Amino acid sequence: MNLRRDVFQAIADPTRRAILLLVTSHSMTAGAIASNFDTARPTVSKHLQILTECELLEQEQNGREIYYHINAGKMKEVADFIEPFRTLWEDRFTALETIMKTYKSK
Amino acid sequence: MEQKTKVIAEDGKQEIIITREFELPLELLFKAFSEPELVEQWMGTKVLKLESKKHGSYQFETSDAKGNVVFKADGVFHEFSPNRKIIRTFEMNNAPFGVQLEVCDFEPLTDDTSQLRMHVIYESVAKRDQLLKFPFAQGLNSAHNRIQEILSTLKQTH
Repeated sequence: MNLRRDVFQAIADPTRRAILLLVTSHSMTAGAIASNFDTARPTVSKHLQILTECELLEQEQNGREIYYHINAGKMKEVADFIEPFRTLWEDRFTALETIMKTYKSK
Repeated sequence: MEQKTKVIAEDGKQEIIITREFELPLELLFKAFSEPELVEQWMGTKVLKLESKKHGSYQFETSDAKGNVVFKADGVFHEFSPNRKIIRTFEMNNAPFGVQLEVCDFEPLTDDTSQLRMHVIYESVAKRDQLLKFPFAQGLNSAHNRIQEILSTLKQTH
């Protein structure tokens, strides 16, 4: 399976969020990342695969090692993920304000 | 355009904070939360029941043009202090989001302006994130349509 995965499904997992935090400052190999977790190495590999598939992480070959670093552009997209929710409340509250201004003038 | 409504949703937390300043005196802002016919208008849902008091409960229901129920939610009030504070639960029926606890603080800013701060706590981080994504699917369009409906109703009556 090589389908593009849902970004939000990817960040819903605490281990994957921890991985993203780890590689924020500098790129790391899979081994170095795995050494930060008690989880079995294959499990961490699976997480890295998911994060890479949904483009939150990018791979970069350096000699025999593959380094993972964060994809800043994609992360920004995720940061904006609350915008539709915010707009929903903005619309409700704007309606509230309009209605109550009319109510006041009655 | 300045964004009046601010949403803080920190990563990995099971809460959201929504704040908004209103060009309304505190009493009018609070009234919009306590009178069923007003809640109906700005929430865009039918209010089947709204007992605005401690231990009171409420029920919302929205139907589409064909009369099919598309949204049902309910909850209870744990605190109802007029012009000050509402603490209530909220649960969407037939949805996987669980129960949320809403702490709403109402504050006067000036004689004609006021502020609302809603602190919403979810059952888990996963449930919160799931709900945040929800407007992507269906919340947005229906919200815009609702505003259109309200505005055109207002035009007709005034």
